[in-house]
Parts: sequence; structure tokens; C-alpha cells
Amino acid sequence: MSHPSDAAGPTGSAAVIHDLGYRPYTGPRLGESAIARSLYVTGLRHTYGLGRSARSKVLPMLLLGLMLLPALILVGVLVQARTILDLDEQLVAYSTYPITTQLLISVFVAAQAPALISRDLRFGTISLYLARPLLRRSYVLVRLASLTVATFVLVGAPLLLLYVGGVLADLPLGRETGRFLAALLGALLLAACLSGLAAVISALTVRRGLAVAAVIIVLVISYTVVSTIQGISDDVGSESVGEVAGIFSPYTLVNGVQVFLFDSPAATATPPSTDAMGVLYLVATVLSIVGSAIAMLVRYRRVTG
Amino acid sequence: MIETAGLSKQYPRVTALDRLDVRVGEGITGLVGANGAGKSTLIKILLGLVPATSGTATVLGHDIATEGARIRALVGYMPEHDCLPADVSASDLVVHMGQMSGLPYAAARERAADVLRHVGLAEERYRPMGGYSTGMKQRAKLAQALVHDPRLVLLDEPTNGLDPSSREDMLALVRRIGTEFGIAVLVTSHLLGELERVSDNVVVLDGGRLLRSSATVDFLHRTGSLLVEVQGGPDADRLLGQALVDAGLGARPADGRLIEVEIRDEATPDVIRDLTVELGLGLVRMQERHHRIEDVFREGGAGSVPPV
Repeated sequence: MSHPSDAAGPTGSAAVIHDLGYRPYTGPRLGESAIARSLYVTGLRHTYGLGRSARSKVLPMLLLGLMLLPALILVGVLVQARTILDLDEQLVAYSTYPITTQLLISVFVAAQAPALISRDLRFGTISLYLARPLLRRSYVLVRLASLTVATFVLVGAPLLLLYVGGVLADLPLGRETGRFLAALLGALLLAACLSGLAAVISALTVRRGLAVAAVIIVLVISYTVVSTIQGISDDVGSESVGEVAGIFSPYTLVNGVQVFLFDSPAATATPPSTDAMGVLYLVATVLSIVGSAIAMLVRYRRVTG
Repeated sequence: MIETAGLSKQYPRVTALDRLDVRVGEGITGLVGANGAGKSTLIKILLGLVPATSGTATVLGHDIATEGARIRALVGYMPEHDCLPADVSASDLVVHMGQMSGLPYAAARERAADVLRHVGLAEERYRPMGGYSTGMKQRAKLAQALVHDPRLVLLDEPTNGLDPSSREDMLALVRRIGTEFGIAVLVTSHLLGELERVSDNVVVLDGGRLLRSSATVDFLHRTGSLLVEVQGGPDADRLLGQALVDAGLGARPADGRLIEVEIRDEATPDVIRDLTVELGLGLVRMQERHHRIEDVFREGGAGSVPPV
């Protein structure tokens, strides 16, 4: 940044600090949609530490790198060894990739939801937002949108890498594109589910550490319990128990939706096997997303700044 | 600028505001009251952050109940409590808050640099605010309230927690905002003395009710009494006081060892001087006593307001 005294004076020679006095602002004042867009972009950048301290960039960037690394290796293998190994499709299906990397995704959401949500509550910055034209509900929904899209980028980026690699390795273009787009929709649903859940948990506490731990525990434990139940129910032959259990973790839930809607490869032992169960998965996904948005709106109705 | 009519706020256990009728005009208005008198509640209601239980109010001609967003676009707010994220620089926050008030990015940057200069944050504005002193934090809070060039700013206890010299700087800044910047100011404080110096008008709240609202000069009118200080022994003031009462003058002890004497006529100062000489005391000073805003409270608080 240039220091005021570095700026050349009107004559172009002397370095003089001019006190211009107070100048009123006469330029344009943008409406609510422009303000909302600006808040959304800032929130999205902040989730990856952009525009924040160097330290806050470390974790999200590291996680993004770790998410991309396996995809990069898989693509490398696919491109190099396709003919040797006689491969006709991706080594890891798009729809199972997020479950393989679920721990990384959970850590990202757990670290970044509090950064976006609890932070404004903890520092009281929320009162500065509420004292501005943006409506309270717009603030809440924009924050959710930033978090959802940030998570979507994390989940979707390796899928894009796999897709590009697949195309370069001459996998059938139409089939790959279809699978890729289906997986992107799944990534979006997963991002929305995880973000909603993490946002609600983060909004309940002003303590960032507590929020991080709570989100991690909820996401990791629910997935562990659900996948254990699914494994056991598959072994003992009572799949319907595992199918119902799959509703209770965002990862297995959204994977089930992808199996139901697009016939994608299942990443769980007991994916929904009937249409009724598939519809139940779909309804549960929508309810989870809409429900967490409503819970957030209710939570912020009581915040007075 | 601001007009309220019968404005009340009832919390489950407390009445924060009780049928308040207040008019705030141009210039600087001080909102005075003890902690819990309803100052912050009034500001939050005016911003539309908290709904009023009953009554109406307009800010800059807009109804608080229906046009909150319009009001918030034209008003700047400096909260009493902490509101600054520790890991962001003042510069970044003020730019962001400018955008949140509808300024395009380039304009927000320019305005942020301007107002940060006006509030006196120099190079430190690029450092994270977690390391700021209270004085710097208050300046950053003020800057974010001014970044969108509001027509009115609501400053909630801007001098809170400041040392005496920072307090003077902040008050001078408030004065400049009201005069030089041409922005109307509503500034609250529980320290009564400091507002009488910067504000054109003073509104006094007590227990959620309006105690008094008038021009600051009206608070400071002459009281019709003299303050007298004498020396010459440990109970010099008492001796003179007694002598004055015996001479038929109204006299009572005032702050410290001063005596407050009612002015009966033009001869009163002479009577005091003569009595002092008679008692063999030394007259240190004799001055007219002016009201301070504190006196409004001292003179029987609720007595000047019709009982409920």
C-alpha cells in the first residue's frame, strides 16, 4: 500500500500530506441483492482463508490438496496403464470417492463452519451485520450458501480431476460425462447436508473449539456407527436394517440417493434396494437440508446484536 | 431526525422503555442515563434490531416497524460491546462493512481509507484488530459506522473503557462528526459530564422514562447561588456558614469544603465578604454556581416527571 506521504503532491514534486477534510459520498448505493452477493463471495473466500491471515489458509488448502492427491494418482495410473491393465472405467467410481475421503470432508466442514458462523457470534460482529440493510434471514441463508459452495468445491474438485483424466485416457465421453454430472449433483447434495448440519451446531455455541469438536464428533461418529450397522446387517442378512440406518449419516444418505436416482455404484454395504426406500432417502435428504436452514433462521431470530 | 411516540419496550421482567416521547434533531444529541436506563434498548429499537412492544418511531422520516432496511442504509451504528473480529485488520473490516452498506468495492476501499484517516488509525489499520488497544478498537468501531457516509450515527458509549486522554480525543472526534462532517449524532454515555461539552441537546433517560429533553445550554443555566471557599482553621467553612444563616441568608455545605449561598440581592456578595472579615477568615474564592447535568438527577429525579 502506498503511504499517504509517498503520494506526489499536485505539483508532482513535494511529498505533502494533504488534509482534504471530510468528503461526503455521492456515488451509487447498491441494493440488497448486490450486498448479499458481496457477503457470499467474502464468505466463500474466507472459508479457504483468502483475505484472512496466512495461518487460516493452511488447513483448508491442505485438505483441498489431500482431497486432490488420490484423484491425481488414480488419474495418473489410468492414463499411464490403461492399455496394460485393460481398463475401461475409472479405478474409483465418482459416487464412492466422497465416502472414501469422508474424514477429510468432515474435518473441513468442522473447521470452516465455525469460522463462518460462530465467529460472527463470538466477536459480536453479527451486530454490525444486523445494523445494515441486509435482512436477517438473507444473512443466514447467504452464510449457508457460502459454506455449502465451499464444501461443494472441496468435494467436486477431485471429481473434476477424475473426469478430466478419464477423458484424456479416452474413456467413453458420453458415459463419463453422465456419471460425472450425476456425481456433481450428489456432491452438491452432500455439501448442503453437511453444511446445514455443521452450521446449526456452530450457531449453538460461540466457542469455536467446542463447535469444531462437536461437528467432527457428530459427522465421524454418525458415519462410523452407520457403516458398522450396515456391515453387520449385511453379514446377518437383514439388509433392511442397514438400509434404514443409512439415513442417519449424510455420507451414506447421499450415496443412497445417487444409487436410487442414477444407479451409481454403491459405496455402502446396504444401499436402498427398493423404490420406496429410495424415495425415503430422497425425502430425508431434502428434509435435512431444508430443516437445517429453518433451524438456522429460528436460531438467529433471537439474536439482537 | 428521530421522533418517538409512546415508545415502550417490555421484557418479561423489566420495562426497558416506558412510553417514551423523544425528538432528536440535527447536530449532536447526548442520550444520558445510568446503566440500565434504556439507552441501548432505544438505539436497538431505532435500528429495527429489537421490536418495540408498543408505540411508534420514525428515523429520518422512515417508520421503524416497516422500513428498517431503509433506515439501516442511512444510519451508522457503533455498538457498545466488542464487535471486532480479532483476526481481521481494521482496513479489511471497514471495507467489507462499506460493501455491506451497499457501496461498490472500489468506493468502499476509498471511503474506508478516508474514514480510518479521520478517526486517526494510521499504519496499524493493516494489523489484525486482536492486538489493538481499547482506544484503537473504539476508533475502528467508529470508522465502520461512518464508512457509508450515513446521515445519522448512533454511538453507544463511544468513550467506554478509554483513559482520560483517549476520552478527550474521542469526544473531539464526536464533535467533529456533528459539525465538520455534517452528520447528525446521537451519542450515549452514563458519564454525564462529558456529554454536556460536546452535545447541542441532551436527552436524559431514567428507568426507561424521559426525565428531561432540552438544549444543553438550558441545563447549564445559572442557579442563582454562589460558591464560597474560605480558609482559616479546620472548621472555617462551618463558622461562616453559621454566620450566614444567622444573617438570614440561605447557606448550605457544598462539595468539599465549599459553601453554597443563595443570592438574595445585589448586596449578597458584600455581606459574605464582610462576614468573612469579621470572623477573621481568608476568602479564597467566590463564584457563581452553574448547573451541571448531574443536577437534573440530584434535584429529585422522578419529581420532575408526572408520577405513573
